[in-house]
Amino acid sequence: MANVGYSKKVMDHFVNPRNVGEIKQPDGYGKVGNPVCGDVMEIFIKVKDDIIEDIKFKTFGCGSAIATSSMVTELAKGKHVDEALKITRQDVADELDGLPSQKMHCSNLAADALKAAIEDYKKKK
Amino acid sequence: MMNSKHIYLDHASVMPLDPRVWKFAQKFLSDIVGNPSSLHSNGLAARSAVEDARLKVAQLINTDKENSVIFTGSCTEANNLAIRGTALRNVSKGKHLLASSIEHISVINPLKDLQKQGFSIGYVPVDKHGVIKLDAVEKMISKDTQLLSVMYANNEIGSIQPIKKISSLVHDYGIYLHVDACAAAGRIPIDVQKDDIDLLSLSSNDLYGPQGAGALYIKPGVKVQPVLFGGGQERGLRSGTENIFAIAGMGEAARIMQKEMKQESHRLEKIRDVLIKEILTLKDSYLTGHPTNRLPHHASFRFSNIEGESILLNMDMYNIQIATGSACSSKTLEPSHVLLAIGLKHEEAHGSMVITLGRSNSLEDVPKITKAVSDTVQRLRDLSPLKSIGGA
Repeated sequence: MANVGYSKKVMDHFVNPRNVGEIKQPDGYGKVGNPVCGDVMEIFIKVKDDIIEDIKFKTFGCGSAIATSSMVTELAKGKHVDEALKITRQDVADELDGLPSQKMHCSNLAADALKAAIEDYKKKK
Repeated sequence: MMNSKHIYLDHASVMPLDPRVWKFAQKFLSDIVGNPSSLHSNGLAARSAVEDARLKVAQLINTDKENSVIFTGSCTEANNLAIRGTALRNVSKGKHLLASSIEHISVINPLKDLQKQGFSIGYVPVDKHGVIKLDAVEKMISKDTQLLSVMYANNEIGSIQPIKKISSLVHDYGIYLHVDACAAAGRIPIDVQKDDIDLLSLSSNDLYGPQGAGALYIKPGVKVQPVLFGGGQERGLRSGTENIFAIAGMGEAARIMQKEMKQESHRLEKIRDVLIKEILTLKDSYLTGHPTNRLPHHASFRFSNIEGESILLNMDMYNIQIATGSACSSKTLEPSHVLLAIGLKHEEAHGSMVITLGRSNSLEDVPKITKAVSDTVQRLRDLSPLKSIGGA
């Protein structure tokens, strides 16, 4: 059956988002989305020996944009950057017990923002 | 905050059934079983319930020709009958149709469908307050134009249209005027005679009546063909056995709304004005729609740098239900065409919030609402990477 509303887990991450904020002088920074489309995500990472030690996000967008951002930071924190690069949009959605079908593409950009931050880190290294 | 009293501010989406209407109409669900087309006594009782409702609805829009009211299953259906039924019946007058650019989707989509069938459609622009541009109407009229559709007042931004002026203008060119009054009826006085309206759509639920009924007023002499075919009920314009409960309920709801309109609209207007004043004290908040000439129960806003669906979800945490024209809360993922038509950019239209008041709301709710809005806007801005122009 099509998932129309948000799961409890999505609402939990919307109400109490984890790792909100910015990191000054991050080792990696990623930004995806566009205010015209209604979603903008920024991810900041602090990396030591290729391990993501700290991660923060800021998001403009709907409930699922905020929840997926929060979830991706939880999934990535403490991981090796190469492991974290493997996190997909689907993984994020699965960890949130699913997203409404029309939200799967438009507001599930958090994995892309993480990827952009890690690529930025690798470039700088 | 989680257990506070629930404050419902989304009356434009759906309204509760008036308990007095329920008391009046429930017998038609159980005791009075009759098809108004049957000649036995049960059928006659059902027929008389429908005719009684027709009279009450006619009174709400001030027509003494109650037979000009056709019951439908919803406002959507009334709009479809008005647009499609008129356009197809009057093809000899031309195949050009006009509508304001802020019409409800139940007007726009029948127009789009007619476009596929060879009609040409023009959408008349509105000004920044959402009021139709009369000079644009005049420029867009061609010799093939047969109909203009304009809503009495807009459900998303509350702006009221100058219907009398519009009707005078289009009648100079021999064009029919359809008015979708679903959002306005029962809130402000509607007079189809004084405003010289040809077709006018109404909704039962927007009057605190049951869902499942709507009505279309058709001025005597205006030619409309049916969109549903069958047993020829409702003067052949809306076949199908009448939904007696919903129709009788709609009639009673119309009667009560009309009786209480002045007092209730005045009461809601006061709440609306305080809400608008308080909410506009928030940084980067703006009223959408007309600042004064708007529906008495309607307050709509936009906030920079945050998104409407998040506003809706966050307000729900305070047990307060609002609506938004944000793309993210729509099935199409497009921002509201109404907000774009009043000149907002996409990124501005995303941060909209619509409050529609009703009988359950009181002035006592205002501090709770404004606190929740203020906290919501603050929290979402703290989460947002976007900064207001000129610094946060």
